[in-house]
Amino acid sequence: MSEEVIKAEGLTKIFNKHLVAVDHVNFSVKRGEIFGFLGPNGAGKTTTINMLITILRPTEGKASILGYDIAKQNNEVRYSIGLVPQEYTADEDLTGYENILLCADLYGISHEVSKKRALELLELVELTEFKDKKVQTFSGGMRRRLELACGLINRPKVLFLDEPTLGLDVQTRSATWNYIKRLKKEFGMTLFMTTHYLEEADALCDRIAIIDHGKIIVVGTPTELKDSLGGDIITVGIQKDVDITGLIKKIEHVKEVKKENDTYMIKSENGEITAPLIIEALRKEGHIVTRLSLTKPTLNEVYLQYTGRSMRDAEESGESLDAKRFTRARFRH
Amino acid sequence: MNNVSRSKLHGLWALTNRELKKWYKAPTVFILTLIQPVIWLGLLGNALNLGSLVGSSSFSVSPELISQLQLTPTQITGLQGFFSNIGDTILQNTFGTTSYISFMAVGMIAFTALFTTMFSGMSVVWDRRLGFLNKALSTPVSRSVIILSKVLSAALRSMFQAAIILIIALPLGFQFGAAFTPINILGVFAFLFLICLGLSSLFIAINIRSTRMETPMAVMNLLNLPLTFASSAFFPIERMPDWLQAVANVNPLSYTMNGMRQLLINSTIDYSQLALQYAYVGIFAAVLTTIGIVLSWRFLNK
Repeated sequence: MSEEVIKAEGLTKIFNKHLVAVDHVNFSVKRGEIFGFLGPNGAGKTTTINMLITILRPTEGKASILGYDIAKQNNEVRYSIGLVPQEYTADEDLTGYENILLCADLYGISHEVSKKRALELLELVELTEFKDKKVQTFSGGMRRRLELACGLINRPKVLFLDEPTLGLDVQTRSATWNYIKRLKKEFGMTLFMTTHYLEEADALCDRIAIIDHGKIIVVGTPTELKDSLGGDIITVGIQKDVDITGLIKKIEHVKEVKKENDTYMIKSENGEITAPLIIEALRKEGHIVTRLSLTKPTLNEVYLQYTGRSMRDAEESGESLDAKRFTRARFRH
Repeated sequence: MNNVSRSKLHGLWALTNRELKKWYKAPTVFILTLIQPVIWLGLLGNALNLGSLVGSSSFSVSPELISQLQLTPTQITGLQGFFSNIGDTILQNTFGTTSYISFMAVGMIAFTALFTTMFSGMSVVWDRRLGFLNKALSTPVSRSVIILSKVLSAALRSMFQAAIILIIALPLGFQFGAAFTPINILGVFAFLFLICLGLSSLFIAINIRSTRMETPMAVMNLLNLPLTFASSAFFPIERMPDWLQAVANVNPLSYTMNGMRQLLINSTIDYSQLALQYAYVGIFAAVLTTIGIVLSWRFLNK
């Protein structure tokens, strides 16, 4: 089997003949990788997932999972994937255990196997002591974990997570991240996730695709993406009012220098190494460094660079409101 | 893939049971579904007791008349017996039984089935909103099984409720007809199963496209009254004005009720009529189930 577990070529979804939700998207996900789709609400993340998990038919293009075509061999795809949806889909009137068994039945797993597996999964997500409690008594984090357990019942080779920590508090969020990391480490599972949290993409994903308006803008590891911005920014201030731009430029690793009043903004690929060099070089020339700071680029800057706006702006603009309406409408037609 | 069933129908019972569990595992909901027919029968059956209008107690011979005609006590009793006999004949000819509450109880059974299928149709909207539908669609469970499970659970619930209504109606004065044998209960269940199949498929096909609860509510409210009152639920079709008869005569609920009345409360069974009633409800079920599943399937497969 190929190392490319998920492969999308020109994958496109057009709703209502003119609403382009996903626009000729190409990407591939390698075995054992956590691949993240990062973008604001309405960017086309969920639509992409829905096509990959065979709920929506692509308008154009194709995609395959483990070599199975998502349109032609959708049943094979369904047997080999798991889904952890955005919503809490577990039935409130049923217990956690019953919910997992129900999921197992949807895969046609025999009861003697599913009962054993359900207990193992409850153990994995640390819900064993609540297994006979109705889901309506569960907290948000517990429900998330239950969804995770349900998504794993068929021992999927590829797990899809749609906004896995949406609406969770910070603590629960990082706990959920740990479960996800364990899946990758212990089971060598391939994970495809969507998120609009920059920190989440940074903390979890091996590779990220930034998606906006249905198009993939850039793909890379979080580090690559941050490095593509040209590196860290070192800000230096000196005592004397003289221009030392030329001097700084000569220092090793320095890529760019900009002077703003008495402050110098220095771009460098490896800030931690460059900063001491700068201090040393300036001291040799008799300059006294009064202040120095080092900023590492975050995904927020990456996002800003590639989409021309910050993540928060994209979320808060009227555009996202349209996107939400569109999300609601997408199933109607 | 060991231990995995790849049959086309896998998951059907699991999904049906999921629907049923929401009902029998939630004590409040379960008790309410039992109380509802009691209230209907107790209140409506007595408040609207058409039987008492012409029943034996409605006729009395006034003392003036007795003194005018100079009747003997034997003649008075005879006269009253004569009148109450007329009353019973009117009831028998109108409702096919002398007990109005029996007539209405059967209407109530069909009415409860209508409501159950409506709610089952509405639950599709919830499944969509809560993401359960998407979750199920991402699994290898067949699309038609998702729809069928809703239909099946509505049918099973209705049959259970029918049995409860009959049990409750007995102390309230329900009388089985002369032609009744216990095996007829199976015939009643067959009617209920068919009508639920048809109605439930119809409502699911209507509701599966909507994401808001308001739309199905409006549709259900619109359909609810005409389906109920343009039927033989409370009053026989033959006594309705022509235009209403025309509507009631195509209403599959009328056929269901009339068929069930033949089986339960009538003194004789007209088998050719019964065959017609089964055929009508059966064709209704077959057509609507096909349409419902095709429409839903097409929607789920885009």
